[in-house]
Amino acid sequence: MNATTPFHYKPAPRQDDPPYQKGERVAMFIPCYVDQFFPGIGEAMVSILERLGVPVDFPSEQTCCGQPAFNSGYWEESRPVIRKFCEVFAPYRWVICPSGSCSSMCRVFFPHVDPSPEVLQVSRRVFEFSEFLVDILKVTDTGATFPHKVAFHMGCHGRRELGVFDHPLQLLHSVRGMTYCELGNIEECCGFGGTFSVKLAGTSLAMGQSKVDNIVRSGADVVASGDISCLMHVGGIIQRNPATKHIRVMHLAELLAAGI
Amino acid sequence: MSTTTNHLDGAEFLSAENKGLAEPAPRFKNLTKTCDYSSKNNMGVAAAIPQFQDWREAAHQVKKFSIANLDKLIVQFESNMKARGAEVMFAQDAAEANRMVLEIAREHNVKSVVKSKSMVTEELELNHVLEGAGIRPIETDLGEYIVQLAKQRPIHLVTPAMHFTAAEVGELFHKTLGEPYSAEHAKLAAIARKNLRNDYLTAEMGVSGCNFAIADTGTVVVVENEGNAGLSTATPPVHIVLVGIEKVIPRIDDLPLFLNLLGRSGTGQKLTAYTHLIHGPAVGKKLYVIFLDNGRTKVLQDPHAWQSLFCIRCGACLNACPVYRRVGGWSYGWVYPGPIGAVLTPHLVGLHKAAELPFASSLCGACNEVCPVKIDIPHQLVHLRHRAVNEPSPMNSPFERMTWKVWAWAMRGPRRYAMAMGAVRIGVRVAKYLPWHFGKLGAWTRGRELPKVPASSFRAWWRNRQNTSQPPKEKP
Repeated sequence: MNATTPFHYKPAPRQDDPPYQKGERVAMFIPCYVDQFFPGIGEAMVSILERLGVPVDFPSEQTCCGQPAFNSGYWEESRPVIRKFCEVFAPYRWVICPSGSCSSMCRVFFPHVDPSPEVLQVSRRVFEFSEFLVDILKVTDTGATFPHKVAFHMGCHGRRELGVFDHPLQLLHSVRGMTYCELGNIEECCGFGGTFSVKLAGTSLAMGQSKVDNIVRSGADVVASGDISCLMHVGGIIQRNPATKHIRVMHLAELLAAGI
Repeated sequence: MSTTTNHLDGAEFLSAENKGLAEPAPRFKNLTKTCDYSSKNNMGVAAAIPQFQDWREAAHQVKKFSIANLDKLIVQFESNMKARGAEVMFAQDAAEANRMVLEIAREHNVKSVVKSKSMVTEELELNHVLEGAGIRPIETDLGEYIVQLAKQRPIHLVTPAMHFTAAEVGELFHKTLGEPYSAEHAKLAAIARKNLRNDYLTAEMGVSGCNFAIADTGTVVVVENEGNAGLSTATPPVHIVLVGIEKVIPRIDDLPLFLNLLGRSGTGQKLTAYTHLIHGPAVGKKLYVIFLDNGRTKVLQDPHAWQSLFCIRCGACLNACPVYRRVGGWSYGWVYPGPIGAVLTPHLVGLHKAAELPFASSLCGACNEVCPVKIDIPHQLVHLRHRAVNEPSPMNSPFERMTWKVWAWAMRGPRRYAMAMGAVRIGVRVAKYLPWHFGKLGAWTRGRELPKVPASSFRAWWRNRQNTSQPPKEKP
């Protein structure tokens, strides 16, 4: 068994039929923390998609997928936010999101909160970025060049809720000049977990520290992931320690747009 | 009053600061390594079986059928068991089960009891109750024996003394049994064997749990690796089986499936060393089977939660859980630790007493990935969180609800969103200059830097791009 293959592959239901037609416009859902703290990810996504001939749209009415409140138990508060999301993205057949966690909120957890047809319909059209590239566009090479040693961190929601685990690796393996550094215990959670990171800060930090130890052991000088939220936490720990400060964190999309 | 909740001592690691966890104690470093090793080993063993995933699905379906037909299956088990001279009883809660055990013990003039490993007896706090009645309980499973000598509680469902090193066990045996110190596994096992041997012969009663209660044949199945369950169930003249009602499976034909899964998921074995099938009392001996409800029928009523009754107590989710690996089993405050404990405990002792437990997870889903009966633990946890903040419980906080209400208001329109995010950006920028951080911000910066705030957001970039370079876009 491949070290990165999950024990139990569970693809979340998605609406990918009829297949993507060349020239069909896709909507980007940019999660709040990407929008505010890592705008480069969105920019990289636009450049990759447009280069592949995919017209991109960013509905400016969009806000959040509702995950923070949902995971904290406040479903009543997250429901109007979810409805808003579905309203905004209803006109689009394809919604692409640079986060496995937010995508799994849409695809897997929306129906828990609001199983109405309007929500279900939109929920299944949300795709994680690498999933869209590999499964829908059938692209595994974006033409990127990135001459660095790179370790990849697998976000748990993407991997276990959506079944996205092979996709980013396929994309990474065709990056020119890149050395892939296998991360020990790649399947273990980094400890971010949204509000978990501040509700149980001690445990979260202990988990994050193990992740950082594994990154250091892998010899990588860049850590990439499909989820920048994980890396906000892991990177925060990396930045705190002068001995690890040189390690950069970046989103998969930024890496795949490098040198093109 | 029920004695079950006597040692529900609260999940301390969930208190506001949970100090000490950023630097796990050496004991838990050991635990992390052992769990990781065990989990990887189990995965390797399972991966060698091409149809392993099909087995899991099949087991899930059999359990679903069993739990849905529990009423009929238990009656079938009872009549089959009774036909061979065993007594079958039903206890609504721990107190009632304890009363039954004590009555049987008195009737047979019992002075000491040999116990094989059973989590249900932990639910009853049976050792405590027996001691109170002047009866000496002796744990015979090596791990349980160690834990009992150390006056601790099991840290794990399957490997109760997982946190001990061989050297620590050697010291413990030296101190409590007066044996010469040794850190050799074989010597330690020999010491335990020597000390326990006489107890098997003199005990008037044996108590065991039950891994599967088979309805169509009326069979109690006990699996083990050390031979201690065989000795403690067969040697004394009286044997009591304590079993949770959810342990019933319909047919003996289903047993191989579960044995295959249990060994592999529990300890990475193809099969446990011993599998005992007990069909009734031996000639001249007595057998009692006590079914325990203790809150289980309440779980049955919850359409999301009833899956948690599928659990076969293999402990795979504990080994896989990154939180359990760091905090250990005691932190969960009651009998069942780890992810399955975070689901079961609130159901069995009441959500108001254990509402924090469902929040003790990063929702990473590792538990679901390894569960041999495919219990959807992470989804159960989010449902429990939803209940915990809505029902009377320590997690039901009007202040937090207000925060989320404000958040929900802000997330319903782009202008409000921009305002809220503007505030966050300022907050993160200013935080750098604050002499100290409090609350959630303090929890973040305790060991992490805050992200750098870029000059503009993505949407500002996009707006700018639309205005300058792009022709007017057509509607989708």
